[in-house]
Order: sequence, then C-alpha cells, then structure tokens
Amino acid sequence: MRFFIFMKIKINGEEKQIADGLSLIGLLEFLQIRPGRVVVERNRDIVPRDSFGATALAEGDVLEIVHFVGGG
Amino acid sequence: MEDFFELAGRKYRSRLIVGTGKYKDFAETKRAIEVSGAEIVTVAVRRVNITDPNKENLLDYLDPKRYTILPNTAGCYNADDAVRTCRLAREAGVGKMVKLEVIGDDRTLFPDVPATLDAAKILVKEGFVVLPYITDDPITAQKLEDIGCAAVMPLAAPIGSGLGIRNPYNIRIILEHAKVPVIVDAGVGTASDAAVAMEMGCAGVLMNTAIASAKDPVLMAEAMRQGVEAGRKAYLAGRIPKKLYATASSPLDGILN
Repeated sequence: MRFFIFMKIKINGEEKQIADGLSLIGLLEFLQIRPGRVVVERNRDIVPRDSFGATALAEGDVLEIVHFVGGG
Repeated sequence: MEDFFELAGRKYRSRLIVGTGKYKDFAETKRAIEVSGAEIVTVAVRRVNITDPNKENLLDYLDPKRYTILPNTAGCYNADDAVRTCRLAREAGVGKMVKLEVIGDDRTLFPDVPATLDAAKILVKEGFVVLPYITDDPITAQKLEDIGCAAVMPLAAPIGSGLGIRNPYNIRIILEHAKVPVIVDAGVGTASDAAVAMEMGCAGVLMNTAIASAKDPVLMAEAMRQGVEAGRKAYLAGRIPKKLYATASSPLDGILN
C-alpha cells in the first residue's frame, strides 16, 4: 500500500495541499505555470529563478506567484 | 532632425509612453502599441491565477527586447507595498526602471505624496530608476528630483478622467525648475491634450485609458503618436507670441485704391 503525505501551504492567498517534499519548480509544473514568466516570493523573500529547482517547499509556506499583466 | 529623449542613459525616439491595461485582448494591445510608436510600455504586477493559469502572457505579445518594460506599482496604498512590488518586478528581469505610484484613495487615485517620497528614497538607494507619478506640485517634483528620481511625472488630471491638463501653470513651474525629464502622466483624453503637454516642453506623455478605452484604440494610438509629435515639433519650432489685435498676413503695399 502506498502512502501519500501532504503538506499545507498558502499560494496567492489560497490554502493548498501539495505533496510533501515538492520543490518550487515541481509545484510550478504541477500548476502548469511557466517558470520563466513568473516571480515567486516565499515567506516574503524573493526566490531567484535559478533557485526554483533547489527550493524545497515546507509545511506552512506562504507563496506569492506573480507576473506582469496589462496596466497603466 | 534627430530628437531624442534620454532616460537613465538610454535614448528614446518616441515621447509617448503607453500603458497596457483595459484592452480587449493581447492582440489589440499589441496592435495599438505598435501603431503608437511607443518604446516604453507600462505593466502591472499581479498574482497569477493558480486555478486557471492563463497560458498566454502579456510578455508573449510585447517583446522585452523591443520595448522597455516599465512595471508600475498601481494598487499600492503604502510605501512598503510599492517597494515590495518593485522588488518583485525587478526579479522578472526587465530592468531597474519602475513607475512608482502610491495611491492615496480609490475615488481620486491621487498620489499619497509623503508615502511616494518615502518609497522613492528606498528605491533609489536600492538602485532602481524611479519614475514617480505625482500631483502637479512643483515642491513635490523638486523633492523627488533631489532624492534622485530619474524623471518626475505630474498628472494632467485624475487617472482615467480624460480631462487634459487642469493646471498648465503648475506644469510650467515644474518644467522651469526640473533638471530631469518631466513626463505628464494620467488624465489625457485626446490627441490635443497630448499636443498641449508637448508644446509646453514636457519630455513625454504617459497614457493608457485615452487609447485603450477609445472606440477605436488602434486609430487613437495613431492620433496620440501624431499629437505628441506635432506638439513636440511646435515646441521646438517656437510658437508666435499671443497678441490681442490683428497683424495682417498680406502686404499692405500695393493695395488697389
């Protein structure tokens, strides 16, 4: 029997359950978000794009994933 | 005649800066911006919709190699949020230039001047090229220039109002004292408003709603390009003084009697 362990994190203000041990790049892939077009803040610190792969997410993390939209 | 406008060491031929909000879709955004001739375009920083991440991104339509992308801090009501937004924008890799706007209230969208000054100090210290949106107040413009902002951007009228320049005398005072480019930002309604700003000697005009919310945004983008160009040329050409009485255009000699 396989066991899935989840952790709770907050993404853009919404509570989400994701697989334990998921990396930031793994999360973006899961959400179908292109890493090259977004900026990510984790617990108020900006995560450099080249560290997305090395960033392991943890229970209780608060993520903001932002991009550019039309504006004046 | 080569006429350039310099910002943070870079030369721009177009003096029209355009926003990318309120368009029907990205295709229309792209067409209007192409026609406007703008080389600098503003964008906003917002959360990605994670339940339905849009596969298309604004930057797929606006090549950052072709355009200088100018992220704004629209929607920020305090200095901390504005600084945070600028840091996020810089991480996107489109440069260090930001349009700083710290909004005072959502009815007028007038800037919160003390908060704008606070944010500008932090951002300049962190190496940002700061273009602040401000009221048409010469004292604030001077303070922001002293802080090290790369330009000052007084409003013509409230954002999206289309009223044109409400206080040309204040803009004139700002222009007389500023050593950085003065860009009229917000409140322009039609091409003549843009021309007026340029005739006064402003370095440029920034607008969004006047183009994007026109019945035909692409045609208005062209009108705005021409308005800005006409106003600039008229400024360089040097207009005649205004006089109360007539001066005949035809010679007075040789009139039949």
